[in-house]
Amino acid sequence: MNTDNTQNTPNPENPEQAEDGAPRVENVNPTGGVALPDLESFRKRLVNRQRRGSIWARFMSLSLVVAIVALLALAYNIVDAAFGYVLTENVIEPTEVVEFVLTDVRNDTTTDPATVDLATLGASELAAVLREYQEPRLRVYIRDFLSVVPDDEFTQAPIRESLAGSSFRGQFADLTINDLDAAEWTLILGNNIPQDRLVGLVRTEVIGERILETWSLTESVTGFAEIDEARVAAVEGQNPNARLEFRSWLNINFLISPMSTNPAIAGIRTALLGTLWVMIITVGFSFPLGVGAALYLQEYADDNWLTRVISTNIRNLAGVPSIIYGLLGLSVFVIALEGITTGRSILSASLTLGLLILPVMIVNSQEALRAVPPSVREGSYGLGATRWQTIWRSVLPAAMPGILTGTILGMSRAIGETAPLLALGASTFLVVDPSGPFSRFTVLPIQIYQWTSRPSDQWRSLASAAIIVLIILLLSLNAAAIYMRQRFRRKLQP
Amino acid sequence: MESEYGAENEQSPPAAVGRQPGPVAAIRMRRDADLAAALRKRPRVGEMIIRYVLLFCGLVSIFTTVGIVIVNTTTAIEFFTVDEVSPIDFFTNTVWRPAAYNPDATYNPGLIPIGVLPLLYATLFTSFIALIVAVPLGLGSAIYLAEYAPERVRNTLKPILEILAGIPTVVLGYFALTFMTPLLQAIPGLNVQIFNMAAPGLVMGVMIIPTISSMSEDAISSVPRELREASYGLGATRFESITKVVLPAALSGLVAAFILGLARAVGETMIVALAAGSAPADLLNNFLNPFVAGETMTGHIARITGGDLPYDSIQYRSLFAIGLTLFVSTLALNLISQWVSRRFREAYE
Repeated sequence: MNTDNTQNTPNPENPEQAEDGAPRVENVNPTGGVALPDLESFRKRLVNRQRRGSIWARFMSLSLVVAIVALLALAYNIVDAAFGYVLTENVIEPTEVVEFVLTDVRNDTTTDPATVDLATLGASELAAVLREYQEPRLRVYIRDFLSVVPDDEFTQAPIRESLAGSSFRGQFADLTINDLDAAEWTLILGNNIPQDRLVGLVRTEVIGERILETWSLTESVTGFAEIDEARVAAVEGQNPNARLEFRSWLNINFLISPMSTNPAIAGIRTALLGTLWVMIITVGFSFPLGVGAALYLQEYADDNWLTRVISTNIRNLAGVPSIIYGLLGLSVFVIALEGITTGRSILSASLTLGLLILPVMIVNSQEALRAVPPSVREGSYGLGATRWQTIWRSVLPAAMPGILTGTILGMSRAIGETAPLLALGASTFLVVDPSGPFSRFTVLPIQIYQWTSRPSDQWRSLASAAIIVLIILLLSLNAAAIYMRQRFRRKLQP
Repeated sequence: MESEYGAENEQSPPAAVGRQPGPVAAIRMRRDADLAAALRKRPRVGEMIIRYVLLFCGLVSIFTTVGIVIVNTTTAIEFFTVDEVSPIDFFTNTVWRPAAYNPDATYNPGLIPIGVLPLLYATLFTSFIALIVAVPLGLGSAIYLAEYAPERVRNTLKPILEILAGIPTVVLGYFALTFMTPLLQAIPGLNVQIFNMAAPGLVMGVMIIPTISSMSEDAISSVPRELREASYGLGATRFESITKVVLPAALSGLVAAFILGLARAVGETMIVALAAGSAPADLLNNFLNPFVAGETMTGHIARITGGDLPYDSIQYRSLFAIGLTLFVSTLALNLISQWVSRRFREAYE
């Protein structure tokens, strides 16, 4: 409650008011027993007192300014690294690759290679490119992308086992991969790996875009002369093909490419999908539990010791550090229940995060239930409904917007959590899309952590681009929560 | 069906006493008896099942706490009962270096140098730095928002604090490592390592400003207006009323807020994991130097569990001993915070 000083309370810091008060002091002084200071020194001290007050008031507003400055510095720091000039170099230019495809694969010498985008080439054409430039590594690609047996058994196992689920010619089923020739490897690659993954493979392995040097946005804006000098030095030195380009680290390729050892083409596809999976299962687990617990506490429970223990416990769980939940998840879900969760899987991560946000969900749902007026329940009971009928048909629908708002807030807590997932053993280098609750997982915050902890600027830039994605996700979740709250409020008003 | 009965009941009130029931009335009476049987209170199995299912949902939170305690305690006991570890040494040894195990060492022979003190020290030191930042700033902004800011200013500024509270800590860790550390390194005369305790401490301070601010604001706002007005009436300035009347009256809430902020700083993981380094603090040579690396308890757990340590190794089990220390201390801080705010609350009518 803020006292509205302009209207009804006397404003002690207002100089006019002080002069008003002064004569009264003079009137009291001669008759009173206590020796009050004379008017002159009282006024002088009053001025000092008020000055001290206003200085402190300024300091207090300054502390908010510090918080805002910190927030701005954070935003600046992230944006600064996410955009800027980069000096890149290709081992082989994309036009050269396209030209190879046009002349040697399509027998088309009339089209200008510069007009064809690498990403539009077909899967078999891309496989042919891989054979042309990286023939010795074809088996490695097959192993990395298609093999279903452990790496050390790959060369000995018959193809029917090692490549189970992939398509290959039937007559080779009992041979090992080493018995085939390059043409057959190329065919297997072209037939089984999706075109977009092959594009990525060609980009990394053949074109080999490398980032030689990066500059932050500030440096790009203020010091272009120096950047250009660096380019000239590189071109004249060891990197004749070096190109300078303004790069937004946050781009479409960044969103749809999987993790890579090459920062030029690394992306957050796997992490984004992982976050999506984890969020869905987390909410699917903790929403019913949270609402159920809130219903019990709010609608059923009597005020007995059990209820009090549960409530106190929920309050204290909210203050337990998240890394402790990580240890719990590690022991229970990853190790003890390995038979069900298959260890370090999306399911283990979701269950752990579900427990983590449960207190938030329960408290928010309880608040939403408390906001439903008792008359709703009494009306329902009056019509002869049982307690559950009342809850299911009257109370829950009325409380649902509030409960959903609370759920979204719980989600936005879970989506940014890193520590417990780190403790569970999130994968740090995952290129295969998660396919279900039992896949190994990585999530956006883990990817950010990984990239941040690497020393070079390129990884930091990737981290900041990923941070921007995470913050956009968070802000949209919060905007959804605010929107629902507003709508709910309007509905309640007559 | 019910409405049909209701309508008939209205037309003819039941039991015309002393008269022989006619054939129609007899049928009605039988139907009334059926109805009464249908409406009689009886155990509803479905309702009971639902009640217990919901109770189970409520109990899941208890299971979580029990799980945390059991998991940490049992593994910690396993850890302490290994020959090479002694609980006393764990809490008093100033060195955390399990890799440097030498059975024939002259100091504490046969014991692995695995003392929690360096980790505990780094945790407390970074949290202390955080509190130095967050207490004045959080309290200052709370006083400003509650006592000075006009309604409109408050409505624009409060969401900013909420945004600050919602930023994932891994992002703040990035901020500490890539912004705060270089900033400190740019100060001439300071010898700041790349990984140090000052930068994560300062950023953790920023992180807990919203916690302290919003709890303190609640405490300040709940001091009744009459107290302020009485103070004004005695001639106090606004600032004097705040420091001499309002803040003392709100003290329990403020202390509770500070303790909760401390608990959050102690339990914070990502900021320290990214920016405080992965070497245990050197208690002997660099005690109380904030510009050197110092791995905290949380940072250590995060780093080791993220690695490839076998689940039955001593060092893996040691994490649960740390986890237990962490759980007990944050729980204690939370309970103290609740107790302070309850016990010392001034009750106003």
